[in-house]
Amino acid sequence: MLDLYLRDLKLGIRAGGGALIGILFFLAVVTTIPFAVGPDLNLLSRLGPAMLWIGALLASLLGLDRLFQADREDGSLDLLLLASDRHMLALSVLVKCLAHWTASVLPLVIAAPLLGVLLNMEPVALGAATLTLLIGTPAITFIGATGAAVAVTLPRGGLLVSVLILPLAIPVLIFGVSASYASVTDPAPFLPPFLILCALTLVFAVVGPVSAAAALRAAQD
Amino acid sequence: MPMSDTTSTSSTGTPTSPAGVGWFSALANPTRFLALSGRIVPVLAVLSVLVLVIGLYLSFAAPEDYQQGSTVQIMYIHVPFAWLSMMCWGVMSLAALGTLVWRHPLADVSLKAAAPIGLVFTGLALATGSIWGKPMWGTWWVWDARLTSVFVLFLMYLGIIALTRAIDDASRAAKAAAIITLVGAINLPIIKFSVDWWNTLHQPAAVFRLDGPTIDPSMLWPLLIMAVGFTLLFFTLHLTAIRTEIWRRRVQAMQRIAARRAEGRTR
Amino acid sequence: MTHAMYVAAAYGITAIALAGLLLWILIDGRNRKRELARLEAEGVRRRSSGATRS
Repeated sequence: MLDLYLRDLKLGIRAGGGALIGILFFLAVVTTIPFAVGPDLNLLSRLGPAMLWIGALLASLLGLDRLFQADREDGSLDLLLLASDRHMLALSVLVKCLAHWTASVLPLVIAAPLLGVLLNMEPVALGAATLTLLIGTPAITFIGATGAAVAVTLPRGGLLVSVLILPLAIPVLIFGVSASYASVTDPAPFLPPFLILCALTLVFAVVGPVSAAAALRAAQD
Repeated sequence: MPMSDTTSTSSTGTPTSPAGVGWFSALANPTRFLALSGRIVPVLAVLSVLVLVIGLYLSFAAPEDYQQGSTVQIMYIHVPFAWLSMMCWGVMSLAALGTLVWRHPLADVSLKAAAPIGLVFTGLALATGSIWGKPMWGTWWVWDARLTSVFVLFLMYLGIIALTRAIDDASRAAKAAAIITLVGAINLPIIKFSVDWWNTLHQPAAVFRLDGPTIDPSMLWPLLIMAVGFTLLFFTLHLTAIRTEIWRRRVQAMQRIAARRAEGRTR
Repeated sequence: MTHAMYVAAAYGITAIALAGLLLWILIDGRNRKRELARLEAEGVRRRSSGATRS
């Protein structure tokens, strides 16, 4: 399992620069938004967390279709499926998701504070937004794995994955953004939405890999 | 599927399958399903038209709401569609279980046939809702919790339809759609809950309440009858769509056979 | 009373959409049936076509 994690991590960082493109996309989205809403710094600092979250959501959806596709092309997906009587397939999927998240989403989370500074966000909001991104983005990856597994045999599945997954990712977005806003606006408490966000991530960590494993098996026979 | 009255299929049993198997597995034979549904569909159609006509008559005869005036009549179509949009996802989830757990051969046909009907019903719930909202709230759309979650449901129907149309292989498409449907069924309560939360956060005062505290019996009866009528209509359409889908698969199978035969001839 | 117009619009949209759905399903079914009949007339047989006079 650890080997699988390390292998996927190495591949993700090295091959094709998929992770790098994700960060670039994130940067591009976040820097385009000020041009759309205007350079007013107050407005930007108010919109900051939302922009960071939308950018991260889109960027993490972007790389998802490669999650199983690359493995299918070089045949290692078949090996994973064959080994599923020794290792639970859902567990392998979970590990793959974690590796994918570390390689291509974690850099986004690290880059988020820098972008937040550009957006004139307060330090507290910055920290909160980064923390919610850190907790919340795995949920998107987990639930996205289902979409990726369903679309693995499709030649142009990338768009379909996003269409299928975006509605399911709405709760994560809602609680992520509301927790980051709650850290700066006074009456709203920070902890409840943040804890719900954690719960969501845990739920999706179960639902996502299990259904993705089922989908992979279905696509195989 | 609403077929509790089909236990007597053993009388029409074909020699290939033993008589007296449960109606559920008896339905697994598409030919028998076609014969049976061919008899049920006209009855259902007549029933649904009858109930809808009665419901329409009652709902126009019903008293006007003292606050909402005549627009309350939109309720009699809006609310049933909102209910049915959720019930349709329930039917699809059952069908998805049928595909994945029992491997019932008609379950995926049922799932694929139900999705467009659910889409239209959800779309109508949204459309009538926003037509109702214009005179009542002064705007076509508010990001109200209920509207938003129905809108998300609408998007999910679109996604399922796109998925079932994107994969050529029927059995693979069936399993993929079944998995996404079930994941959606797990997620729908979460989405509903989160949208409620989001809405109370953004609009602390619940200005827009669709329903009053209680609903008067004089309005409840037409509403219930309309709901029953639209439910019957849903199952009529659903069965008809299933029959069409079975025929489509037969046509495809026969085309494949014909193509193979033509290939063999040229060789 | 513009309210009546809204009611009419709601019922109208419902009628149009339901009619469209019904027509689509019926026409689709009829076309499939016709194709099936054509293929059967051409002598294509399915494995179990003895029992498929639908």
